[in-house]
Amino acid sequence: MSYITKSPWIIHYDGSSCNGCDIEVLACLTPLYDLERFGIVNTGNPKHADVFLITGGINEQSRAVVKNTYEQMPDPKVVVAIGICAATGGVFRECYNIMGGVDKVIPVDVYVPGCAARPESIIDGVVSALGILEEKRAKMAEKGGKKQ
Amino acid sequence: MGNQIVVPFGPQHPVLPEPIHLDLVLEDERVVEAVPTIGYVHRGLEKLVEKRDYKDYVLIAERICGICSFTHSVTYCNAIERIMGIEVPARAQFIRTIWMEYSRMHSHLLWLGLTADAMGFENLFMNAWRLREEILDDMEATTGGRVIQGSCKVGGIRRDISDDKLGEMVDHLKKIRPLLEESNRIFTHDQTVRHRMRGLGVLSKEDAWDLGAVGPTARGSGCDMDVRSSGYSAYGELGFKPVVFTHGDCLDRCLVRSEEVLAAVDLVERAVAKMPDGPIEEKVKGNPDGEYFAFSEQPRGECMHYIKANGKKNIVRHRVRTPTLTNIPPLVKMLEGIEMADVPVVVLTIDPCIGCAER
Amino acid sequence: MIEQKHTITEIAVTDLLKKTGECHEKGHRLVQIGCTPLGDCYEINYTFTTSWDFESLRITVNDGDKIPSISGIYWGAFIYENEIHDLFGLTVTDINVDFQGHLIETRIPSPFKNAPPVTKVKKGGDA
Ligand code: SF4
Repeated sequence: MSYITKSPWIIHYDGSSCNGCDIEVLACLTPLYDLERFGIVNTGNPKHADVFLITGGINEQSRAVVKNTYEQMPDPKVVVAIGICAATGGVFRECYNIMGGVDKVIPVDVYVPGCAARPESIIDGVVSALGILEEKRAKMAEKGGKKQ
Repeated sequence: MGNQIVVPFGPQHPVLPEPIHLDLVLEDERVVEAVPTIGYVHRGLEKLVEKRDYKDYVLIAERICGICSFTHSVTYCNAIERIMGIEVPARAQFIRTIWMEYSRMHSHLLWLGLTADAMGFENLFMNAWRLREEILDDMEATTGGRVIQGSCKVGGIRRDISDDKLGEMVDHLKKIRPLLEESNRIFTHDQTVRHRMRGLGVLSKEDAWDLGAVGPTARGSGCDMDVRSSGYSAYGELGFKPVVFTHGDCLDRCLVRSEEVLAAVDLVERAVAKMPDGPIEEKVKGNPDGEYFAFSEQPRGECMHYIKANGKKNIVRHRVRTPTLTNIPPLVKMLEGIEMADVPVVVLTIDPCIGCAER
Repeated sequence: MIEQKHTITEIAVTDLLKKTGECHEKGHRLVQIGCTPLGDCYEINYTFTTSWDFESLRITVNDGDKIPSISGIYWGAFIYENEIHDLFGLTVTDINVDFQGHLIETRIPSPFKNAPPVTKVKKGGDA
């Protein structure tokens, strides 16, 4: 990632996490870790968002919400799965209500490890996601250019 | 008389860090009825007792919620220790108490920040979270984890805190105390905050008691109930006094929490001053057989872990009644008759922790 | 430490409303309603308290039994009763706010319904 052309906005949804990763995501946005220095703004509206941060595994009820939120986001978009729960289901993978990681429902671009994921690794994950976002954007531009 | 319309609120909502869904029946701008739906975070972890033995399960109990994590593990351990008749060494009890109070501080600061954010007071939000990081630093230095600590085990704790470190922690708390007081002053004195929250979402003392409100939600309504007064862990030796306010509105629920942060600082200081020497864990042999209801005061209120065991290494039933679950009926009552625009603030003042409520 | 006293009284399902009403008159608050599957039956604890003395009324029910709702006495009881209905598949009659099974939606219906397999399968498999 050399530089980003647009200030990326993120949206955060809690699949069915224990909150641990959840509050670490929020902590990233606050003064000590300050994700906003990359031009990132946290939004509540999927239609404005470029990066989808998701914590926790997927359960019966959240599946539709996650899918819906993802589909409402404009292309290009990237998904960052935060914490072991979001990657595989983590400690809860054997629970009857957990279907597994986020990738069971939507494609995931970056996995952030940890239980709870540390703010440093979350920032790292988001920054790599920004790189992927740029790539996707370039690809889209190329495709668009060919069509014209 | 306006027409009634139903407005869905959540689960994915800008002010809610966690998913809860409310169907708000509105008449013009007023809420006539609120119907909550939960289950977006339901994992079913109580059933994992069948797959993990009772000692490993502490780690699962801790992950019921990432904010009250340490208190959950202590409550679970208390229940098991009671059934098995294990005497936890005094030093372990004191250190558990210190960590529980640190959890309370970080949880309340987190919540104060979120409430400020819901009111649109961005600056206060950032400030509260900056202070919270200071608390988490010590938490991390002593347990190794910021929000999930993994430091409690059946029979005691995993890590000791050296006396030097205890001293440093007290010094650190002394340093941030004025900052905490300053941020509290905003809640007590700032006109905008008072205007926004005074008289909003009132819960009378009778209602609070009858509907089963617990924790700061009940204490903001004048109910003097705090499990810490019963003196579990080391609270009995620290001269604990609950913080109670009487108006029952959003502002008082805030004040309870902001006062409790300072009270927690005092408790930690006293605990460090009285810290006994000795071992930090007791050897655990055999399997639990029996049942016990363990109660504790979490940042959000009274929490109950019920355990039934039958002498096998897997316990039969673990039932958790978390504070948020019993605070939902009072919330529904509070929401009746308020304006749509106030809903986020009122929902936040019970400090909902959905991860807890649904397990 | 103040010892928390906990008295558990086993009562018949038919007495539930009467006893709960008595607790309410004594000014008790409802702490929780919790259900334990025991293989062939279910145990339901209704816990009340005024201070540090807890009192539990315990009823034992079987699959298909109808449990009267106490939400007419304690308004807030609906949350637990709906939970029992959703997770254990038991029927609670006349709940004031009835979610009809939509409070907690699970992948498998009533996941706690059958007794925990450990009590049956792992007999003697104690380590
Ligand atoms: S990875 Fe760990 S901390 Fe994160 S949501 Fe899952 S259990 Fe909680």
